[in-house]
Amino acid sequence: MADYLDEMDRIADEADPTVGDLEIQNFTINFGPQHPAAHGVLRMVMELDGEVVERVDPHVGLLHRGTEKLIEHKTYLQALPYFDRLDYCSPLAMEHSYVLAIEKLLDLEVPLRGQYLRVLFAELTRICNHMLNIGAHVMDVGAMTPNIWVFEIREQCLEFFERASGARMHSAWFRPGGVHQDVPLKLLTDIADWLDEFPKLFNDAMSLVVDNRIFKQRNVDIATVSQDDAIRWGFSGPVLRGSGVAWDLRKSQPYDVYDRMDFEVPVGTKGDCYDRFMVRVEEVKQSARIMRQCLNEMPDGPVASADRKIVPPKRAEMKQSMEALIHHFKLYTEGFHVPAGEVYVATESPKGEFGVYLVSDGTNKPYRCKIRPTAFSHLQAMDFMTKGHMLPDATAILGAIDVVFGECDR
Amino acid sequence: MANSAPMISSNTGVAAKLGKAIGAALIDTVEAYGEISFIVERKKLATVLEKLREKHEYQQLMEIAGVDYPDRPERFEVCYHLLSLTKNHRIRVKVTTDEDNPVPSVTHIWEVAGWLEREVFDMYGVLFDGNTDLRRILTDYGFQGHPFRKDFPLTGYVEMRYSEEDKRVVYEPVKLAQDFRSFDFMSPWEGADYILPGDEKVGGEAPPPTPKTTGKKSETGAGAKADKAAAKPSKRKTAATKKPAPKRTKSGTQKKGEGK
Repeated sequence: MADYLDEMDRIADEADPTVGDLEIQNFTINFGPQHPAAHGVLRMVMELDGEVVERVDPHVGLLHRGTEKLIEHKTYLQALPYFDRLDYCSPLAMEHSYVLAIEKLLDLEVPLRGQYLRVLFAELTRICNHMLNIGAHVMDVGAMTPNIWVFEIREQCLEFFERASGARMHSAWFRPGGVHQDVPLKLLTDIADWLDEFPKLFNDAMSLVVDNRIFKQRNVDIATVSQDDAIRWGFSGPVLRGSGVAWDLRKSQPYDVYDRMDFEVPVGTKGDCYDRFMVRVEEVKQSARIMRQCLNEMPDGPVASADRKIVPPKRAEMKQSMEALIHHFKLYTEGFHVPAGEVYVATESPKGEFGVYLVSDGTNKPYRCKIRPTAFSHLQAMDFMTKGHMLPDATAILGAIDVVFGECDR
Repeated sequence: MANSAPMISSNTGVAAKLGKAIGAALIDTVEAYGEISFIVERKKLATVLEKLREKHEYQQLMEIAGVDYPDRPERFEVCYHLLSLTKNHRIRVKVTTDEDNPVPSVTHIWEVAGWLEREVFDMYGVLFDGNTDLRRILTDYGFQGHPFRKDFPLTGYVEMRYSEEDKRVVYEPVKLAQDFRSFDFMSPWEGADYILPGDEKVGGEAPPPTPKTTGKKSETGAGAKADKAAAKPSKRKTAATKKPAPKRTKSGTQKKGEGK
């Protein structure tokens, strides 16, 4: 016993100096870059004390494609599809900030139907994104079935995108001045039917998790973030609202026709992973509510501005009119020129504030297009959120902040 | 406003009020497109931003954006986008700097500034005084250069591939199969910055590249004849003209073995 006490006091026997590992070293592991719970290519260097996380150093940039530099070498319209490829889980929400920034510089008015269509599809994108995130988050903490069910809903969303734009994911459907094409009436009625149907499946799926004991054990009180911390760390979107800050850009800084919409902003009370999850669950229902209002109120009329110096004419018109042919040719080769100036336009993407800082020098190409990703500030707080939690909690925290690396790394 | 961009609270009086608060550090105020930018002295940036946060309710730092203007004496512009959740307002604070002069870090005011400053450092090489973790963030491990500078080529300098021989990823200088093409759509009617031939007649300067003129045959660049044989007149043609016409008899063309 005396030897054992000596050992604890780190008094080594002179005759036998090797008494074993007295110094317990922290264990450093690599989480990712290839890890199913890393939601993409995230490498986190984690320092563990047993199973408790001491320090996290997220290494981002593994998916850096230099989007902002590429945009500087493209015309305004050519740069648009790059935005689909930022957050590939909510492509139309990414386009929304960009087209609004261009319209702000041009001071271009969008016809009412175009604005309604954008809001309708931005909310459909939100549902689509939350289906992926809710499913992935649930799966990260061990449940399998709800993920498969909500993926069915996501698949239906993607079919609607395909029917509107021809592409399931990378739609490039929002254009400066409106949207690219009008949607068929049948699509709108089908969306209306779907809005009555999908909540059943969604509520079924959620009933499996929201009151589930294991799910709550894994999420409640994990990574609690206070209001002050959330603001100082630059949080936005559901992560900020999960901490109890009622801040939604659709409400406070409305764009398009959001000022006509009647919806509620769900907020959390404790700021833990469970709150962030529940904020998203409630947001899906609010998005459905906004979509119903859009469908009810949507007027007839043009879907894009009639300003032919910015919005190209339709193909049928081009075949008939010489003027339209010239406009079509000029807009698809040279593009339109944007007056010199700079704007910062931020919209409420499903993941938070997605901003575009657009600097124009008066030519047909952006001088600088800085993209403000949502995940950047959330991921930076990984260290402070994960500290003191167990290693498996890291996946729950990561799931609850909803990162997508296309957007984070740009 | 005709466009449907996000609406924020009114800018009325904000520029004057905040300009007064910033005081001597203020260099210029720009209000355009419904957005207010304050250009402030670089050295006093941290105190200005702290004052805006503590006294004027700009609680959130949403973005730090670097912009490169190579023609300016201080080529980089660093733009801080602030958001007030209580006043529902956004402003922009800008400082200018160059490669050598560091910008004071604001990590002690907002933790979020840490990565945002790292990104500006990575992309533009702007230094931040006081940021204790100024590593590269988006570019590859061991990357050299600052890719978002305007003088950095779009194609970069290094390309990477998996080498089957070495069984590892190797880095090589960029080899383009075709020259990188970049079109400018400057129209002579809309103010192209180069002078077109013929413009000197209305008092402008002569166009700089004079077209090549040929005085002598040797200046044509054609060189000597590639092949001596090619200089000779074609043999076949002469042979064809010398070939006699077939003899004709009264009974038609004379055939071999026929006759007597």
